[in-house]
Amino acid sequence: MASTSPTVHAAVPTGSWWTQIAPVVLGLGAFSVYATWRAFEGAYFWASPYLSPFYSPLLDVHHHYWPYSPALLILGGPLGFRATCYYYRKAYYRAFFLDPPACAVAERKRNYCGETRFPFILQNVHRYFMYLAIVFLVFLWHDALHAFVFADRFGVGLGTLVLLVNVMLLTLYFSSCHSLRHLLGGKLDCFSCTNFGNARHSTWRGLSFLNEHHMLFAWTSLFSVGLADFYVRLVSSGAIRDLRLL
Amino acid sequence: MPEVTLKIFRGDREGGQTADYQVPVSPGMVVLDALHYVQKHLAPDLAVRWNCKAGRCGSCSAEVNGRPRLTCKTRMDSLPGDRPVTILPMKSFPVIKDLVTDVSWNYKVNKKIPGFKPRPKTEWKMRQEDVDRVQEFRKCIECFLCQNVCHVLRDHGKHEQFGGPRFFVRVAALEMHPLDGISRAALLKNELGLGFCNITKCCTEVCPEEIHITDNAIIPMKERVVDEFYDPVLKLVRRIRGEKSARE
Repeated sequence: MASTSPTVHAAVPTGSWWTQIAPVVLGLGAFSVYATWRAFEGAYFWASPYLSPFYSPLLDVHHHYWPYSPALLILGGPLGFRATCYYYRKAYYRAFFLDPPACAVAERKRNYCGETRFPFILQNVHRYFMYLAIVFLVFLWHDALHAFVFADRFGVGLGTLVLLVNVMLLTLYFSSCHSLRHLLGGKLDCFSCTNFGNARHSTWRGLSFLNEHHMLFAWTSLFSVGLADFYVRLVSSGAIRDLRLL
Repeated sequence: MPEVTLKIFRGDREGGQTADYQVPVSPGMVVLDALHYVQKHLAPDLAVRWNCKAGRCGSCSAEVNGRPRLTCKTRMDSLPGDRPVTILPMKSFPVIKDLVTDVSWNYKVNKKIPGFKPRPKTEWKMRQEDVDRVQEFRKCIECFLCQNVCHVLRDHGKHEQFGGPRFFVRVAALEMHPLDGISRAALLKNELGLGFCNITKCCTEVCPEEIHITDNAIIPMKERVVDEFYDPVLKLVRRIRGEKSARE
């Protein structure tokens, strides 16, 4: 079923739709290239007391069991969480698959299956990556708090603030997750008929508020995690010295 | 008074093309006013569906400069005045004549959805906190702009396998109803093809009632389908508790 005027619709100027997807292509593309390079680099991830978020938790750092970069052991978790995230799905379906490139902009004809078949049916495991993300957040909070300890004394460096802001943005990104919102309250039909209904309703409302800003948290946390790693790398490699504030 | 050129689709099921009309633009004028001007002065046989002219009935949906909109809520001064304004019928539905499309397919989809069915021994009391979510969905005026812009229907023509955003909103309203007693998760997955939606949010962008279709209806419904069909842990929990799934 379709309009009898496809050529008429195709002739309408669709505007500069590429300006909507160009920032996504640049942002996600640049991050992917940088993260891949850093994951394989396997060096400059530790500058006491800072640990790069790309390498946290630090596993088999002395290569007893794993001969490659330790980041490769763990990055599947955060990568899976972001790749199956409802916001990023919108972003990359539009920007990289042109599916569609923008609203009401024609796309190429082909056998479209959406998320009904492999590989995109795997998007349905998002909640499992969300569970995994909790583990990562615990380690990242530990790293951020550990960044206040300089040779057994309390201190604050610029890196401390970088790691702290990063983990806070990651926590906001996690807390605004659609799956979390569903599991903690959205799945209920009747809050008042359930045990702890008031608490779950309040939680759901709070998460819904955060959820409205999920895109913002997705981007800011993506940049913050890249910048945090970059800062640790600069300090670790000796390119700069950490600025000690306290 | 400044004039603008309207390029309006003229044709029927057999085909057609745009025709140009010069229309004087007055302050506060909306696209539907301009179409009425054309009907009154230039082309009395121009077919336009409309009713309330107040953004409440959802009848005057069309594509203005390539964007699905209600013509009664699109002000002429919001459009570039130095270029012709193109007005086409909704692409996802067959044209009957000019700007009028046959949207009856939507009513066929609607019939697939089981209506409200209360739980056994329902106490007919509802608290506001339990119906807040549903009330957002009740704002829908069935303009079908979301159906029109959805690329699954618009570009891929999956009308046989896919229900479209409007009906995901309707199912969400029923599923989240505090007194409703049946699950429509299997319907969403199998009959309405929720998996075809790749959540690109165009439905939300064009909704004149500003319903958060994707975030508040489609994604929660996708999560309920995951609960039923793709989450082995929940499946196990249901089995241990002796609960039935939507498939049974």
